[in-house]
Amino acid sequence: MKNKNNKKNPGKNCYTIGVLVENRFGVLARIAGLFSGRGYNIDSLSVAETLDPTVSRMTIVTRGNEQVIEQIMKQLNKLIDVIRVIDLSEEKYVDRELVLIKVNAKSSMRAELLRITDIFRGNIVDVSSDTYTIEVTGDEDKIQAIIDLMSPMGIKEIVKTGKIAISRGSKVLNTP
Amino acid sequence: MKLTGAEIFIESLLKEGVKTVFGIPGGAVLNIFDVLLGSPIKYILNRHEQGAVHAADGFARASGKTGVCIVTSGPGATNTVTGITTAYMDAIPIVVFTGQVPTSVIGNDAFQEADIIGITRPCTKHSYLVKDVNELAKTIKEAFYIASTGKPGPVLVDLPKDVILDKTEFDYPKEAKLRSYNPTYSGHMGQIKRVSKALVQAKRPVIYVGGGVILSEASDELKQLAVLTQTPVTTTLMGLGAFPEDHKLSLEMLGMHGTYRANMAMVEADLIIAIGARFDDRITGKLDEFAQDAVVIHIDIDPTSISKNVPVNIPIVGDSKDVLNKLLTIVKKEEKNWKKDHQPWLNQIEKWRKTFPLAYKQGKSKIKPQYVIEQIYDLTKGNAIIASDVGQHQMWVAQYFKFIKPRTWLTSGGLGTMGYGFPAALGAQVAFPKSLVFSISGDGSFQMNMQELATAIEYDLPVKIAIINNGYLGMVRQWQELFFNKRYSYSNIAVAPDFVKLAEAFGAVGLRAEKPQDVKKVLKKAIDTPKPVLMDFIVEREENVYPMVPSGKPIKDMLLA
Repeated sequence: MKNKNNKKNPGKNCYTIGVLVENRFGVLARIAGLFSGRGYNIDSLSVAETLDPTVSRMTIVTRGNEQVIEQIMKQLNKLIDVIRVIDLSEEKYVDRELVLIKVNAKSSMRAELLRITDIFRGNIVDVSSDTYTIEVTGDEDKIQAIIDLMSPMGIKEIVKTGKIAISRGSKVLNTP
Repeated sequence: MKLTGAEIFIESLLKEGVKTVFGIPGGAVLNIFDVLLGSPIKYILNRHEQGAVHAADGFARASGKTGVCIVTSGPGATNTVTGITTAYMDAIPIVVFTGQVPTSVIGNDAFQEADIIGITRPCTKHSYLVKDVNELAKTIKEAFYIASTGKPGPVLVDLPKDVILDKTEFDYPKEAKLRSYNPTYSGHMGQIKRVSKALVQAKRPVIYVGGGVILSEASDELKQLAVLTQTPVTTTLMGLGAFPEDHKLSLEMLGMHGTYRANMAMVEADLIIAIGARFDDRITGKLDEFAQDAVVIHIDIDPTSISKNVPVNIPIVGDSKDVLNKLLTIVKKEEKNWKKDHQPWLNQIEKWRKTFPLAYKQGKSKIKPQYVIEQIYDLTKGNAIIASDVGQHQMWVAQYFKFIKPRTWLTSGGLGTMGYGFPAALGAQVAFPKSLVFSISGDGSFQMNMQELATAIEYDLPVKIAIINNGYLGMVRQWQELFFNKRYSYSNIAVAPDFVKLAEAFGAVGLRAEKPQDVKKVLKKAIDTPKPVLMDFIVEREENVYPMVPSGKPIKDMLLA
């Protein structure tokens, strides 16, 4: 997935779409093909089973003007395996990413690293003689902030999930 | 009793009411063909899989039923791709069954293996790889359901060899139910009322009709609305036949090669009612200058078509027939003197018609291609099914043959597939053995699927093939003449077979006309011959199709001659 670095301001042409799909092989290829075949961009995509094992939920972050997003929503709906589509960005929603950062951890830096991790309510999930692996969840801004703070210490490797999102309040996205 | 996958396959087709199937056998589907041999299903053995898919497509367009194809794995499957895409672009219901290597070796680059699901994913409405014989009957039910409902389209079902060998109980589902697929047929009443109001207020309305009206069998309702409200109707290439072209409210075809009055009416209209059409670039010309001042209403079963190219004032998602029926009941109650109020507009259109009618001059020496088309129309009185290929001849048929009834015109509109016409004509002839079926082709297009002559002979399909032979890839040459300074780069195909001898070699009848006075004689003889006949019309080589809107220009900028 293409994930543009340092997207500090997602901007108003950035949309977060929730999609319920049949949990079958080939569905992801159909969704990806829809985007690539029409020249639309996927900024991030995450997918996993829901409580109902026959249904998967995707969160897709994409960009474009209103007309493009309208087409994306309609084209997604047109796919036979797509059950429901909502544009989460239309209303308030909560979103999270998870990041694992493997960072240089010489003994002189360990206290500082622990402090930063603590401030971000992260966890150290692996330790070696010269590295820490830190787990943090949060929205895009928070993840970016910790990456920025860690960078001067020497990030050796980084892995992020795509965004997952859910609407605020009692509104739900379920199968009909 | 347990049946094999192959037996279940045939039983399922019978349950779907399938009587005819097109295709070519091969290694991966031998078991199916073994069962097919004793079944009541009529199999048409084509000579190339592309021809088989086009034939199934022509069968579907002419009859309204879903066309069916069975081909083998690998090259059999990949040869179907152009046919499938042709059907996809024009929303034609077909189901293509492809053989596949056994599930145990899928992905191993086995002999005659192709990832046909992957290859056709962007050009099918949906596709299935059946991995378990217990899923087979249900999958076939769903495939036919999806192909023929909503906006129709091709569905591909891939059948691995082990699945058609495995056994299970046969239980054909009564209905297909998919929670993720519920096409909207019923148009929104509030929106339809707004359409009625807009029609009442309009002074210069136009109804712009596409293939969707034919697919939804809404021609009667369309005619009622047009006549009641005295609103002129123009059709796209795909919509030809949806509204009788001999009717005084018909503007005939619009767009790149549309009539002067149809395009001018679109330019000057204050209300455009688009029904089952999709504002394709061949219709709109330069988008920024299209329908600037008109209120645009768009009725379509496919939400993705609405507001895709042109902003729409009143969108209605629904089936054309349903929406038109509802609209009619409301419009009937409106108080407007339609005839009187629309008369100035209709007078203006009549003026345009007289200023620049479709025209050509038939001299004494060389046959004009338009003349051949007009003669076919005169002799058949429009009572024929006409298939065409793609290029100049296609546009001349669209312009000079007056289509009166829906489902009498088979052409590849969206994809523009050369080689479509002849096999499609065979499919239509299979559906209607007693009808007069013409396949009008160019010499270039015909050569792209001429192997199907053998199919025509084998099954006694007395299609009349008219080749408009100018020794060029004519439309390419026309563009080169107009936009590339007559640099005819590789469009000259004068080196070609002797088509009369070619027909005879296959066992068909070959005829040729080289002089204008021969045209009628040849056509009459062909119509009277109860066999496949190929007519080679040697026409004026450098005739052009006019009017023409150059690509990217607004539709008012027509080249008229």
